[in-house]
Amino acid sequence: MKITDMPLLQLSEAMAQGHLSSREITQAFIDRIREAEAQVGAYISIGEGEALRQADARDAARASGSPCGPLHGIPAAVKDNICVAGGRTTCASRMLEDFVSPCSAGVWERLERAGCVLLGKTNMDEFAMGSTTENSAFHPTCNPHDLTRVPGGSSGGSAAAVAAGEAAFALGSDTGGSIRQPAAFCGVVGMKPTYGTVSRYGLVAFASSLDQIGPMTRTVADNALVLDAIAGHDPRDTTSLQRTYQPFGRRIGQEVRGLCIGLPKEMFADGLSEDVRKTVMHAAQVLEGLGAQVTEVSLPSLKHALPAYYVMSSAEASSNLARFDGVRYGRRAAEYADLDELYVKSRSEGFGAEVKRRILLGTYALSAGYYDAYYKKALQVRTLVIRDFARVFGAVDCLLAPVAPTTAWRLGEKRDDPLAAYLQDVHSVPANIAGIPSLAMPCGRDRAGMPVGVQLMGAAFSEPLLYQVGHVLERALAPVREEVTV
Amino acid sequence: MAWKMIDGYEMVIGLEVHVELNTRTKIFCGCPTTFGAAPNTQCCPVCMGYPGTLPVLNREVVHFAVLAGLATNCRIARFSKQDRKNYFYPDLPKAYQISQFDLPLCADGFLTVTAEAGEKRIGVTRIHIEEDAGKLIHDAEKGTLIDCNRCGVPLIEIVSEPDIRTPQEAAAYLRKLRAIMRYAGVSDCRMQEGSFRCDVNLSIRRPGEPLGTRTEMKNLNSFVSVQKAIEQEYLRQVEAMRAGEEIVQETRRFDQASGKTFSMRRKENAHDYRYFPEPDLAPIVLTDAQIDAWRAALPRLPDERKAEYLTRYGLTQYAAEQLVAERATADYFEEAVQHTHAPQTLANLMTAEVFRLMEGEEAAIPIPGPHLARIADMANDGEINNNSAKAVIAEIWQTGEAPDECVNRLGVRQLSDPEALRAFVTRAVEENPKMVAQYYGGKTTTKRALMGAAMRMTGGMANPAVLMQLMDEALDGAKEEC
Repeated sequence: MKITDMPLLQLSEAMAQGHLSSREITQAFIDRIREAEAQVGAYISIGEGEALRQADARDAARASGSPCGPLHGIPAAVKDNICVAGGRTTCASRMLEDFVSPCSAGVWERLERAGCVLLGKTNMDEFAMGSTTENSAFHPTCNPHDLTRVPGGSSGGSAAAVAAGEAAFALGSDTGGSIRQPAAFCGVVGMKPTYGTVSRYGLVAFASSLDQIGPMTRTVADNALVLDAIAGHDPRDTTSLQRTYQPFGRRIGQEVRGLCIGLPKEMFADGLSEDVRKTVMHAAQVLEGLGAQVTEVSLPSLKHALPAYYVMSSAEASSNLARFDGVRYGRRAAEYADLDELYVKSRSEGFGAEVKRRILLGTYALSAGYYDAYYKKALQVRTLVIRDFARVFGAVDCLLAPVAPTTAWRLGEKRDDPLAAYLQDVHSVPANIAGIPSLAMPCGRDRAGMPVGVQLMGAAFSEPLLYQVGHVLERALAPVREEVTV
Repeated sequence: MAWKMIDGYEMVIGLEVHVELNTRTKIFCGCPTTFGAAPNTQCCPVCMGYPGTLPVLNREVVHFAVLAGLATNCRIARFSKQDRKNYFYPDLPKAYQISQFDLPLCADGFLTVTAEAGEKRIGVTRIHIEEDAGKLIHDAEKGTLIDCNRCGVPLIEIVSEPDIRTPQEAAAYLRKLRAIMRYAGVSDCRMQEGSFRCDVNLSIRRPGEPLGTRTEMKNLNSFVSVQKAIEQEYLRQVEAMRAGEEIVQETRRFDQASGKTFSMRRKENAHDYRYFPEPDLAPIVLTDAQIDAWRAALPRLPDERKAEYLTRYGLTQYAAEQLVAERATADYFEEAVQHTHAPQTLANLMTAEVFRLMEGEEAAIPIPGPHLARIADMANDGEINNNSAKAVIAEIWQTGEAPDECVNRLGVRQLSDPEALRAFVTRAVEENPKMVAQYYGGKTTTKRALMGAAMRMTGGMANPAVLMQLMDEALDGAKEEC
């Protein structure tokens, strides 16, 4: 098996046994990047020299007898809205094109302590706003399964890198589906953890109450391993929970017999493509065949979830992105006559169209006279969504649903209709609103051969259960990855 | 000069005071809060609003804010939250200030002030916590420079009810508030360092009518400026009413040099801050037990101490007020008073001489309390006279001697022995027959002159009380003999 196809545990074992070194593994991924990147475009910045230097250091540490966990020496890609000190963190925006963060994100510090090697920073929709990675200010990323199609977004670069074998695993961020939807489109596994599980310190904020960083991997077991490394309290992030976690993969290998799985009726309504419906339902039937009880449930508040999401996330984003004013860091306009011009020009030049759209939307939703009707209303919808989920999780162990209404569409296809793009998020935003975990994984292909994803949602802190069910499904379904075109 | 109403318009004033809390570190990060550091040496990615950074609330800030609320009789919220106040300005790194909007930490308090009309209660509407912004420095060559040291310094904003009716009341409120904050130990309240800032809201109306349109005045650097600005703005608004003009709701800047206020007419006037709850921070939840513990640790405040000084030590209003103006002074008095049987004399010596010698109200008193107490006793018992007492205080302020040593060294121990003094009285009478004759002729004031003569003969060392008694005996006793 090619090094770049191996699951994490296999790579780790090989290093432990001395069959492979971190340097060899890292070089293999660098070679693969060189081979595929021109077509896929998953990365914004790649640090070959630095990666090999880190790999050598990991090998030396292992040789000197330091304790090595399962991620020691493993090369990873990190979405470019997660700060790594010393290199650029651009958020795929002209605003931060040359920005070098003075500090590293909590998650990167943890991965570094776990012995990972950084291959590079991956492409994304600008400031995480978008569902195709076409909103990147630099270049689009292509879906490795069909280079004429989008990889999804906003973590499209991370998803494509994992799908194309350009990284052993990647970190993405999910505010309204930005890990899960590209995972589904690219046929990889992506987890959005319970809100508060993973530190947001060093994640350039989009919507503070919704953002979470999560792993994107080839397999379910790999995903649990990475989550083990990045989860945990960070005193620099007040919203990170003061909890210690047992290994997230501890229930992998257990059966699904006796578990109760709910299908939210509101997520199987009109607008769902036939291929997606069929493939996702097939996944449910597979689980049923293995002894799980599958039942329909209803969450009536879900019909308001999407507009509430767009109001909340845009409002928070309009505030979070206000700090990009050209004064202390980031892009400043070359010429300006006064303070107002400094602000207006820097921000007009620095931000792309979608970012501007969301800032305007969010500012409007918070403005005097509209706060009650929009933002406050959205917060109230949030409470209803939380209650609906709590109610159904009293009756079922987890929920199974599509990740997106369709599979990956062609590059350029939905550029003229932002609202149509927004409507794509209808299945993914509820988990963000309620703060519950959701695992996206491949469950088949559509008639064009494009991957279809399914998501498993559970109550807060139910990641181990989701991994358990996901692993069973993964074993039972035919693997999707082997036919990447690149 | 007492302020006078014109055309029957009363002034309605509310004061907003921002107090910098002297916590060890800033409100949302670990940077120090020390005043006067070189620019941009006390800041970090968090208080500079770098991408990916997050605020973490400093618990000491909540503690100090609650102390401020308890010291002003506020209700302390068991549940409060922080909110974002959004606006663009170069001294605001995140382009929002984390403050408190609708659920402040403290509300519905009051403090008592003494002004011309006597004692009056001024309401404290609310006290909330927020972060300070940086400083803009205007350089002729380089343009506008930003110093981020002050970004994230913790503030409490104390808003009064519009209960203030005269400039003197305003000054009295500010003095009292400042003293209370210093007593509570939450701030040094140095107006010149910016740790105590006052904005004035003022409107006028005929009593009984609804509130008029108010203007806001900023950039008031001293209590005197506050009074001046109030007087000026009142006049301006009265003139406007006379001319039939409308009062425009606006912010006005007080100009120190001219003593006038000028309209700021900036976009700041029409701001929509788009407040919403801060999603990066948890609500602030306080328990009764926590608040009770903090309350128990509050020092006794000025009003309570003043009342005690009046009843227990019989001090005058004036002396008591002077002593409680600063906590350090009150603490000093309370320690020293335990070592004297003459508390009123002690108080007088403090207000007259000790205050004079102190370089500024925050200076330490280098004389140990018991020593000052001894001097008070000596003065009260006639061992030394008042002038000598002051001289001794001034001496030992420098030398650090014990009072008795100093008195001996200076040789100012009063002559109180009647036998010794009688000789001087007799001599004074014998050497001034004209004055004696005048006295017997009905000019009773001449007795003082004779006293003066006798006193001069003793080199100013006679105990005046004893001398007076002897002079009375000599003159009136002698008269009877005539």
